[in-house]
Amino acid sequence: MPDPHDILFRALADPTRRAIFERLCREGEQTVGSLTVRSGVSQPAVSKHLGVLKHARLVRDRHEGRQTHYSAQLGALGPLIDWTSQMAAFWQTRFDRLEDLLKRMDQ
Amino acid sequence: MTNSATERLSVVVEREVPFPPEKIWRALTQPHLIEEWLMKNDFKPVVDHRFNLSADWGAVDCQVLSVEPNKTLSYTWAALGLESVVTWTLTPTGTGTHLRMEQSGFRADQQQAYQGAKFGWQRFFAALEQVVARSD
Repeated sequence: MPDPHDILFRALADPTRRAIFERLCREGEQTVGSLTVRSGVSQPAVSKHLGVLKHARLVRDRHEGRQTHYSAQLGALGPLIDWTSQMAAFWQTRFDRLEDLLKRMDQ
Repeated sequence: MTNSATERLSVVVEREVPFPPEKIWRALTQPHLIEEWLMKNDFKPVVDHRFNLSADWGAVDCQVLSVEPNKTLSYTWAALGLESVVTWTLTPTGTGTHLRMEQSGFRADQQQAYQGAKFGWQRFFAALEQVVARSD
């Protein structure tokens, strides 16, 4: 069974798919039709991309009449954002630089 | 049982540094020195002073909370939609100083406050793309 991280990374690795996801993040809920207009690819292609994003739980669909509306699910990005390990790495490099500076400073 | 609404995240980095607290204090509080190891800034060691740290990836909004020369310094640290507090503690040792940095203060559930617009999507995902391309 694929790792959930793999599903997420692969869903976001494709530039067209990422553009669709970013638009949904920026502009809110949209239909396949309106997403297709500015995407530069065909409607079936957009639908396919949305399917991949949905599988990764990055988007949610909502049916209304004959239209399907898609919205971004930012919470799905949670596993990518391990704040504590990012900040720990950040401060370790800053401590290195601070020590270098201290060596160079006058008493 | 953990209560995610009250759980605090915290990062601690500690080091033994072979220099006296007074010297480290200068590096932590003088803007031209701070710039050399951290980021560009308009820091002043004055309680309530608001300052910014800036880098090519964005800016951090800060406000000084406490200043105890050569001993402790703390300031708020707001970046990427998240708020935290950075506290520096300097403790003299026989050979230098035990330097401790703790960054803490926001809840685990606020991790999702990372918003697309604030996250530097383009750079992040460009890197991601390379990683994924290599793994194929």
